[in-house]
Amino acid sequence: MDKLNNQSLIQKLTARFADQISVPEEPYGLLTFETGKETIAEVLKFLKEDAALQFNYLTDITGIHYPEKELAIGVIYHLHSLRHNIRVRIKVFLSADKPSIPTASHLWKGANWMERETYDFFGIHFEGHPDLRRILNVDEMTVFPMLREYPLEDPNRVDKKDYFFGR
Amino acid sequence: MMNHPVFTDNDPQKETHTLNLGPTHPATHGVFQNVLEMDGERIVSGVSTIGYIHRAFEKIAEHRPFYQITPLTDRLNYCSSPINNMGWHMTVEKLLDIQTPKRVDYLRVIIMELARISDHLICNGILGVDTGAFTGFLYLMEEREHIYEIYEEICGARLTTNIGRIGGFERDFNDIAFAKIRKFLKNFPPIMKEFEALFNRNRIFIERTSGVAAVDPETALNYSWSGPILRATGVDYDVRVNEPYSSYQDFDFEIPVGTTGDVYDRFIVRNEEIWQSLRIIEQALEKIEKEPKGVFHAEVPEFYLPAKEDVYNNMEALIYHFKIVMGEIETPKTEVYHAVEGGNGELGFYLVNDGGRSPYRLHFRRPSFINYQMYAPMSSGMLLSDAIINMSSLNVIAGELDA
Repeated sequence: MDKLNNQSLIQKLTARFADQISVPEEPYGLLTFETGKETIAEVLKFLKEDAALQFNYLTDITGIHYPEKELAIGVIYHLHSLRHNIRVRIKVFLSADKPSIPTASHLWKGANWMERETYDFFGIHFEGHPDLRRILNVDEMTVFPMLREYPLEDPNRVDKKDYFFGR
Repeated sequence: MMNHPVFTDNDPQKETHTLNLGPTHPATHGVFQNVLEMDGERIVSGVSTIGYIHRAFEKIAEHRPFYQITPLTDRLNYCSSPINNMGWHMTVEKLLDIQTPKRVDYLRVIIMELARISDHLICNGILGVDTGAFTGFLYLMEEREHIYEIYEEICGARLTTNIGRIGGFERDFNDIAFAKIRKFLKNFPPIMKEFEALFNRNRIFIERTSGVAAVDPETALNYSWSGPILRATGVDYDVRVNEPYSSYQDFDFEIPVGTTGDVYDRFIVRNEEIWQSLRIIEQALEKIEKEPKGVFHAEVPEFYLPAKEDVYNNMEALIYHFKIVMGEIETPKTEVYHAVEGGNGELGFYLVNDGGRSPYRLHFRRPSFINYQMYAPMSSGMLLSDAIINMSSLNVIAGELDA
């Protein structure tokens, strides 16, 4: 079997998904593309199960928040094909109003806690997740602390004001 | 998930009892809580509760300039902080496209492999303690002390090391440091042999650990395991080889793999990795001899913090110091993922930069967090005493688990 590289991977993906995925970029050699909430489950399944790709290793799932954008909440997947030793990064952007996305936990059991962590910090609902609870923060918490509107420290504290560093 | 009927405590039908293992149990070596349903001595099901020492590192990192994030990484896997420090420096160097000199790479390799040894020593020593053999642990703690003395000679700290700077090291390794490394390479192997003689073919130890918590490679990959515990199942995934960083491609070493993925295999894989690490350090010392002396950082004044005496006596250094500290340095607006082989798995840094003073978003791919999630499911059906040694052999570090 030929070794997979970014070019052949792009060809495979565009052949399968055509315009459902964005034009891929390669920051520091890591193939990165965006897709929509509707296609992400299919994209992940394809990447994992296609015999020529074999992205069998889910490295990471995490979130990001761009408050000024229309689709403000991002979910970022890092996959790794151990067979070909190549990584890929997939991004899905969601609206900030009740963001939700299909779960990847039926493809990888390891996605379970990664998604719980992402939910805990960004409030992203993973549809079909078996046990979507907070994981690192206390259950009573009412906010999703990694969203940009929440400051690092209580802004009303006066003893730690530092005008030069903007804290 | 619980696949048995759950009864409240007062229900007469309830035949299991609930046991809180942790958060602070002497056998868990850290803040781990598992609420177990026990049927006698056998675990029926368990739920892990984590986050007791969550310190919001990712949020803090969004408010800190790059060089101030290094101390945060110390506090992830504090058994091998130098690997975390170097991983973070290399992430930033990748972002800024800084090429470090070979000598810096080799110095980093030495310090990272020492950290790996100390990490594995702790894990295997503790595993010995949990199986009832205290002696080996004490032998090894003395050697870890020697590794810490080397750290101390290089950076002044022992546990939360904060070794190095973006672009290299803050100072060169001095002669005492090299002498200590050489002394360690000479004195440690006999002690390691003695330790292996106490355990490897010890019938009591083998019967206690062999076949306990065996994991097949498919399950391990499905749970995104990495590090020695993945290699113990027979998967030869090691970031040092798959995506060499810090010139690991220049070194000749092997990746030990196990076959059954049980506690015994993990123990043997770690021991074997210690020997491989020693090999790497020896090669690195040889290679350093051939490199120009006194090179300990890349020549990137706009990113590398200048020495303090230069800041006071030298105009340019003062300017760069001010610019770095105040965050007025141009950085590319892009994103980078960099992974290193940490003591217990693939430690990844996902950095999204918007050109500002601090990262827009920094996510740590923490191997402990990801490795630990199989713990509760795999404990079902296990004896409590087996679950204890299983936890020790996973080498989950609370600081990294909770970030």
